[in-house]
Amino acid sequence: MSKAILALADGTIFEGRALGFTGESSGEVVFNTAMTGYQEILTDPSYKGQFVVMTCSHIGNYGVARQDHESRHTWAEGFIVNEASRRPSNWRSHQSLHEYLQQQGVVGIEGIDTRYLTRHLRDHGAQPGVMSHVDLDAASLVKKAQAVPSTTGRDMVSAVTCSASYAWEEGSGEWTPPNGSSSTNGKASTSKPYHVVVYDFGVKLNILRRLVDCQCKVTVVPASTTAKTVREINPDGLVLSNGPGDPQGASYAVPHIQDLLGWKPTLGICLGHQLLGLSLGLPTYKLKFGHHGANHPVMDLRSRKVEITSQNHNYAVTMPETAQHSEQGKPIFETEWGPFTPTHVSLNDDCLEGLVGCEKPVLSVQYHPEASPGPHDSSYLFNQFIGMMEQHRG
Amino acid sequence: MPKRQDLHRILLIGSGPIVIGQACEFDYSGTQACKALKQEGYEVVLVNSNPATIMTDPDLADRTYVEPITVEVVERIIERERPDALLPTMGGQTALNVTVGLHQQGILEKYNVQLIGASYEAIQKAEDRDLFKKAMDRIGLCTPTSLMIKNKEDAINFLDVVGFPAIVRPSFTMGGTGGNIAYNREEFEQYVDWALLMSPVGEVLIERSLIGWKEYELEVMRDLKDNVVIVCPIENFDAMGIHTGDSITVAPAMTLTDKEYQILRDAAIKIIREIGVDTGGSNIQFAVNPENGDMIVIEMNPRVSRSSALASKATGFPIAKIAAKLAVGYTLDEISNDITHVTKASFEPTIDYVVVKIPRFAFEKFLGSDPTLTTQMKSVGEAMALGKNFKEAFQKALRSLETDRCGLVSLSGLDHFLEGDQVADEVLQQVKQGVRASQPDRPWHIGDGLRLGFSKDELYATTHIDPWFLDQLEEIVDCEQKILRKGRVAGKDHPISPGDLFSDSEGQELLQEAKRFGFSDERIGQLLGCTGNVVRDWRKAHASHHTVTYARVDTCAAEFEAQTPYLYSTYGMQCEARPTSNQKVAILGGGPNRIGQGIEFDYCCVHAALALRDIGVETIMVNCNPETVSTDYDTSDRLYFEPLTEEDVLNIMDKEKPMGVVVQFGGQTPLKLALPLERAGVPILGTTPDSIDRAEDRERFSDLIKKLRLQQPRNGIARSGDEAYAIAKHIGYPVIVRPSYVLGGRAMQIVYDEGSLRKYIQTNIMTSSQYPLLVDQYLRDAIEVDVDAISDGSHVVVAGIMEHVEEAGIHSGDSACSLPPFSLSEDIIEQVRIQTIALAMELQVIGLMNIQYAVQHGEVYILEVNPRASRTVPFVSKTIGVPLAKLAMKTMLGHSLASLGFTETKKFQHISVKESVFPFTKFGNVDVLLGPEMRSTGEVMGIDQDFGWAFAKAQSAAGLTLPRQGTVIISVKESDKAGTVDVALRLQRAGFHIQATRGTATHLQEHGVFVEMVNKVKEGRPHLVDHIKNRQAHIVVNTVGTTSSQDDSLSIRREAVQQGIPYFTTIQGIRAAVTAIEAMAKHPLSVKSLQEYHPT
Repeated sequence: MSKAILALADGTIFEGRALGFTGESSGEVVFNTAMTGYQEILTDPSYKGQFVVMTCSHIGNYGVARQDHESRHTWAEGFIVNEASRRPSNWRSHQSLHEYLQQQGVVGIEGIDTRYLTRHLRDHGAQPGVMSHVDLDAASLVKKAQAVPSTTGRDMVSAVTCSASYAWEEGSGEWTPPNGSSSTNGKASTSKPYHVVVYDFGVKLNILRRLVDCQCKVTVVPASTTAKTVREINPDGLVLSNGPGDPQGASYAVPHIQDLLGWKPTLGICLGHQLLGLSLGLPTYKLKFGHHGANHPVMDLRSRKVEITSQNHNYAVTMPETAQHSEQGKPIFETEWGPFTPTHVSLNDDCLEGLVGCEKPVLSVQYHPEASPGPHDSSYLFNQFIGMMEQHRG
Repeated sequence: MPKRQDLHRILLIGSGPIVIGQACEFDYSGTQACKALKQEGYEVVLVNSNPATIMTDPDLADRTYVEPITVEVVERIIERERPDALLPTMGGQTALNVTVGLHQQGILEKYNVQLIGASYEAIQKAEDRDLFKKAMDRIGLCTPTSLMIKNKEDAINFLDVVGFPAIVRPSFTMGGTGGNIAYNREEFEQYVDWALLMSPVGEVLIERSLIGWKEYELEVMRDLKDNVVIVCPIENFDAMGIHTGDSITVAPAMTLTDKEYQILRDAAIKIIREIGVDTGGSNIQFAVNPENGDMIVIEMNPRVSRSSALASKATGFPIAKIAAKLAVGYTLDEISNDITHVTKASFEPTIDYVVVKIPRFAFEKFLGSDPTLTTQMKSVGEAMALGKNFKEAFQKALRSLETDRCGLVSLSGLDHFLEGDQVADEVLQQVKQGVRASQPDRPWHIGDGLRLGFSKDELYATTHIDPWFLDQLEEIVDCEQKILRKGRVAGKDHPISPGDLFSDSEGQELLQEAKRFGFSDERIGQLLGCTGNVVRDWRKAHASHHTVTYARVDTCAAEFEAQTPYLYSTYGMQCEARPTSNQKVAILGGGPNRIGQGIEFDYCCVHAALALRDIGVETIMVNCNPETVSTDYDTSDRLYFEPLTEEDVLNIMDKEKPMGVVVQFGGQTPLKLALPLERAGVPILGTTPDSIDRAEDRERFSDLIKKLRLQQPRNGIARSGDEAYAIAKHIGYPVIVRPSYVLGGRAMQIVYDEGSLRKYIQTNIMTSSQYPLLVDQYLRDAIEVDVDAISDGSHVVVAGIMEHVEEAGIHSGDSACSLPPFSLSEDIIEQVRIQTIALAMELQVIGLMNIQYAVQHGEVYILEVNPRASRTVPFVSKTIGVPLAKLAMKTMLGHSLASLGFTETKKFQHISVKESVFPFTKFGNVDVLLGPEMRSTGEVMGIDQDFGWAFAKAQSAAGLTLPRQGTVIISVKESDKAGTVDVALRLQRAGFHIQATRGTATHLQEHGVFVEMVNKVKEGRPHLVDHIKNRQAHIVVNTVGTTSSQDDSLSIRREAVQQGIPYFTTIQGIRAAVTAIEAMAKHPLSVKSLQEYHPT
């Protein structure tokens, strides 16, 4: 087994065994605590520019299945695991993790103390790293790591968005979550489908699948699409997708979002939520090590109920002070588009996790209602979005 | 939501004695629930008949009733205490069943007691298989094709639908009792009959077999706001077809994709909602088809369970504690996460290690029982291990079992087999057979199969164990092969020194890999041909890369800092143990439950921890039994969830450097470690290892007895068969024989003549100088006495003198006993007291000590001295109202008994009777006659003002309610006939009808008893077994002498067990029962709490 080294910008070194594609790679090192779903994570465009450390001790157990991709290919710059299974076991698996990483050109490392690395990132924050199977000189790798550009303010979206708009027609099929189709508001299935335009900031396919499950006609457009073009398409609703990096790096989308705000029902997810926040005038900030996992509790401030959510973000929208200090139950803040209210907060760190417009049909969440990987607790949000479109259509 | 203000007093029901399927896990859950409710300011009334539980400690609840858990008794308690609510979900199936009874008889309504946690309807929906199936249909989930039947005919008709193999499951039983897999018609009919009998409601489910499907369990929590979280997905290593309690199980689930897992998760959430478990935890089992992912719901337990205890220990999420808080109205987001302090209980734990649970079996105790694992649980205990990968956790779990296997060793002499070596055909066949049979040893046989090059496809086809797990086992074997190969290549003959193999860089990597894969030093030593210590010493001297580290169980995969030192060992880069510089003491626990070593020892360990906390000493607990209170991270300051082997314990001692270690509370397990620990320089607290050895070593013990001029039965040590015959002849038959150093009377037997002795030696025991045979004079008709005493080194207090109901020769763990004695004279009691003090002083006991005496013809003999906590410590403590184990812990740290306020034997007015509980219903064809080999799994306590009622309560708590009238069938051996007359006359006076077999009947008639004669089995029909089968008998008395008569009468005893009819196999036993029946006629049932027995 050949050696591999991971070096962090702060000089911490991890020696392990080479996994996947033989080479060298750099990225921001973040950890993900989900126990299932490594394939979805690898193919999630939001991981562009990042090394993912899986905290779960065995990765690759069930191999790789064709249906479980979240985009055309992998995006993570590197993959770090405690132990990669040499033989996958699952009826749908057609490839081992190692083979898949090799094929996709993802440099990986295994056999390092991922718990130590995770604790280190937790205490010292996410930071750049370099991983190599070829250069095994630790000092050289540290230097390289220190030279990795910061993600702050960088535009990562343009690297992952589609080059031209396209229609998406495939749903979740047998993997549709219960109550996951729009059967809860039966009308949609009989009447004309809702046409939804999805801004692709790095969209996960499951967002598209879930929209199709809800009987939507889906058009995906590139991140740079202007408000004018969208108005010409004249959809029933708008989805601002997830995506990688610092929202301020994609601030070119903000004027278009501002233009479209309130025009048609809008659903923001993850980066889409952050861009919406910026559009509303709420600044974003970088979290120490982000939220990456499938067990994040989020409270719906209206019902005081908790949903377990799938999360993957390094940045967050600042909770508006006016909302923070307003009376319990009515944490409303004013914007150019009328009053908005925070709807969801993280139970772990009180981070803002969701917003709605009080007068405008706008809904956005920091987490992933499409799951994949992760729990389906929040799939109701798609139904709410459909409901908004239904109401809006009148 | 805030907690409920309308409730003040809550009744909590425990699970009673330890039986197969219901063990310490319900003490763990009950204790957590009780503490949580008290903390919230509620008054807790608690009932549990098991004195060895922590939950029944009088400090824990406001009112503690050590009384039988029956509808009648609980009603009496409700009537007295008037609780506002009843929490039925903490005491296993026992508590649920009693709750159902209380509801159905209108008692809850009558006293206006509200059910919290789970409603009657929810319990019914989950427990009644038919209702459950319908509920699953409603929410679109599949259950196995099945039919509920009430008679055999319907069962047979349904065979056309399900085909073979068919699963037979009785309703409302625990641990799958009475369940079976039938492969043919004959088996099917037999199993249906049995299941109809076992089901308390006479209903049996006939079900399509899903053998070979993957099996999963999800632990689900729900609160009043309908928030639902999954605490942990658990995957069974063994596929469907083996009861999950008998399966090796693994957390987290290993072979499910996210898409598949989310389907299970969605289903679990739907199920808990549909069944309507309002608050608390449930356990839901699923089967998944490995071919296409199809999912089927197997069952749900609407309560905490063995699996929820496991999930709690596996993740650090205390399910029972949180369930109790949810039951009184809190929601998950209002409860903080104990481990991180900064997050809430409303989340799903994620783990960055692997947890393996492995069952421990005791088939060797039950001659004639079938060790094949099926749908009915047969294991008596379990061990759990954590590791950074499956291989490490698995091998740690294997050595945690304490079955003298230090890892995935070979069972077929293949420990040095290297790929390409020759193998004998019979070895090949033996391994093949071992792999095929779904028996406890199968994992080891698979290891041997892999050594011999069996393909994983072949192994999968035979075992249905997922290829992922098989691959993991192969990685273990591959690592072992690399070590062996390197040894061979080096051309070294055994033994190879670790330095020869592991010094170069390849060797270093190899050793590192072996340690990472969970190889113990002993196992590595085995491969090299040296001892584990040699490997350990070498590793310590070349420590740079092979040093153990400890990681914390933190519920969150390191996302948040763990505030709780709940630790497991692994070979990582960073150690998170962070030992303190406080004064600290390590307590070694008892490991997995087994017959002879169970919850009683855990009770003592927990008390030791509590006592240390009292006096401000930091406690370090080491144990590997996930069911227990001792492995609750709340119990001690620091918890190491580790195997109790020399290597694993020494690693902890090296890290922690405690001022001392306590070995006298965890039973034989830590005691065995006393000498190695002392040799390694770890101070042993309390009685010295040398004193322990003086009591354990037969020759040194005899010298001790001689020195003190005391008496023991004549005895000798035989190192060969011939020597044994000579000694037995010299002593005079009957003699008791057993191998040296055993616990729970393993392979102990009374032999009456030389022929039997020859048979015993030939069939049972390899007698050699290494394994000598102990031969003791058997004292006929002697009374056995058990004494627990405590000493501070200069002062000894005799805490309790217990008189056994059954005669000496029956294992003390299996006989009933009474505290205080019910028939011993003052003079004998005084002699016992004086001898106890003399022995304690001579052995310089500091802490607890237990002595077994036999009294024959007014002479006192010493049978055994154990300078450690005994099985009876909790029983005595609860009877006399003194926490003996706590005091003992303090004496070990230099406190005098005087300073602790315990200087003389307590006087009290009540009587406590301990009764043992046996797993005979689980093992068909096993004889129930009591003997010197212990076979009980648990015990109960009956407490009352007189012996009769105390005995009656103990019987009832043990599951045999004595009748007040009816028919008694008596068939006794010749020597018991005289003693039977008085018993029969008393029964007759009490209004019983007496039936007896010819010889007995004649004798009784001659002495004025009105007897109806019944046929013995061989004398034609109807015979007495027919009467028992037809439930025309209400008590069965059957004593036998010789082996041949035992065989003849086996069917009598088996049938009584199967029908649940009180049966007695000793005259002493029936005599006590008659006293009880007389007492029951004289006074009505009364209940009284421990707090009232011992007002403070």
